[in-house]
Amino acid sequence: MKVQGKVFKFGNDVNTDVIIPARYLNTTSHQELAAHCMEDIDPDFIKKVQAGDIIVAGDNFGCGSSREHAPIAIKASGVSLVIANSFARIFYRNSINIGLPILECPEAVAAIAEGDTVSCDLGEGVICDLTTGKSFKAEPFPEFIQKIIADGGLMKHLTKD
Amino acid sequence: MAMTMSQKILAAHAGLEQVKAGQLIDAELDLVLANDITGPVGIKEFEKAGGKKVKDKGKVALVMDHFVPNKDIKSAQQCKLCRDFAAEQNLENFFDVGEMGIEHALLPEKGLVGAGDLVIGADSHTCTYGALGAFSTGVGSTDMAAGMLSGRCWFKVPSALKFVFKGKPAKYISGKDIILHIIGMIGVDGALYKSMEFFGDGVKHLTMDDRFTICNMAIEAGAKNGIFPVDAQTLEYMNGRFKRSPRIYMADNDAEYDDEYEIDLSALKPTVAFPHLPENTRTPEEWGNIQIDQVVIGSCTNGRISDLRMAAKVLKGRHVKKGVRTIIIPATNEIYLQAVKEGLVETFIKAGAVVSTPTCGPCLGGYMGILAENEKCVSTTNRNFVGRMGHVSSEVYLASPYVAAASAVAGRLATPDEI
Repeated sequence: MKVQGKVFKFGNDVNTDVIIPARYLNTTSHQELAAHCMEDIDPDFIKKVQAGDIIVAGDNFGCGSSREHAPIAIKASGVSLVIANSFARIFYRNSINIGLPILECPEAVAAIAEGDTVSCDLGEGVICDLTTGKSFKAEPFPEFIQKIIADGGLMKHLTKD
Repeated sequence: MAMTMSQKILAAHAGLEQVKAGQLIDAELDLVLANDITGPVGIKEFEKAGGKKVKDKGKVALVMDHFVPNKDIKSAQQCKLCRDFAAEQNLENFFDVGEMGIEHALLPEKGLVGAGDLVIGADSHTCTYGALGAFSTGVGSTDMAAGMLSGRCWFKVPSALKFVFKGKPAKYISGKDIILHIIGMIGVDGALYKSMEFFGDGVKHLTMDDRFTICNMAIEAGAKNGIFPVDAQTLEYMNGRFKRSPRIYMADNDAEYDDEYEIDLSALKPTVAFPHLPENTRTPEEWGNIQIDQVVIGSCTNGRISDLRMAAKVLKGRHVKKGVRTIIIPATNEIYLQAVKEGLVETFIKAGAVVSTPTCGPCLGGYMGILAENEKCVSTTNRNFVGRMGHVSSEVYLASPYVAAASAVAGRLATPDEI
């Protein structure tokens, strides 16, 4: 699975409250959630983001609440991949379960700048910054997790056959 | 090979003699929990997967606590979805208005969780039940749906950090100060993916409510779970409540820990987490003059009877400063009734506070105490992220019930000694 898009860059400890504030948790609609994605950290994010774009962030991305609404909002906003130094554990598991691709790669986080165009082969874990020509290698997920993500999440994966 | 307390519980539920850190296991669950925010997402996933019946209708708990009594039509719809599902599935543990309480205070009180249990909940503060010697951890709605369907969940066995408590807590020092001190020391990702295991002579001086508060905020250090050993106090708490037999696991003496910290409880000072991260902790000499607009005392972190007693001790015979909206929220109806019987509610109302029905409302900026632009709140809740309790420019200071009550009286961040 290959993805490509423009980079939105964020810092450390981006928490689930800024990814999707609780005032919008009275719905399960993916599109409604996406409309408020990252609202409290970058109010214009949802106006700027385009299908395929990539989030690059620092340590402990997705810390805080267990709300699955957070990776759902990111995925439904069109984001194709989140690259971070590290992920909070519930967010990490939720992302796999709902089929949002994520990768840990501190070297890529350090080198990639806001607005760069980046492509990634999720199967290989190879991240290419097409703006600077640099490439990085992240540890790809084992095949069974890649399949869950490719199928669009755990439930879709389990009910596929 | 030696195991930690957390690892022993996981091994037992996976039917294995031994597990080691990093191992992937499939384990049988004692309880699966969700609330009115995460439940609807989980129920839809359950149905999407073709789920017809939950594996065990006695091992699923649905607690309507975040936005109830409902704040708007959309949240009413969310509760209705849960209510209909509970009826259709004949769930034994569905808690609606009148029976509900804040989930992590309610489930221990009802005896639905206890020592030796393995529990997952679609709420990050599910780690609270470690106070009872259970392995409990927060998951998302999809894992919760899979848990309802199969009664099982896969886990990566965590390594652990060891915290050894020495001595007796100093005056006005509660579980909240202890856990904030720890988060300040190791950071919001200091225990990422790991267990936090609490030991030492100091443990016996901590009430069950202190222990609930400490385990509750393990997630604020990124931990998978927090856990206390079972002692006489734990057994006394579960006696007459817990529906099953306690299963007591102790860490092996030679169990391996990634790191060990010794904490002298007698040397701790009142500790407050300043905006906008729980790790941004400061003690009174570093507070300065923080003028406040609101105080919230409650939540799954500090809404238990001991917390209300601490607040009442400070507020008795005093009045909150004019202009400081003081909102007190007993976490369950049983706690509320006890507070009425003890005269705490009268103390609060005479002091100029309001006492609310149980709800998570203000903690996550849902309702019942939303902050306006630039407002500051001292709160006994668990998170102080940007915009957590309202406007993005508002600020939350996380504190113990003692400090929150004293601040309400002083109109600024203050300790009980200052008023």
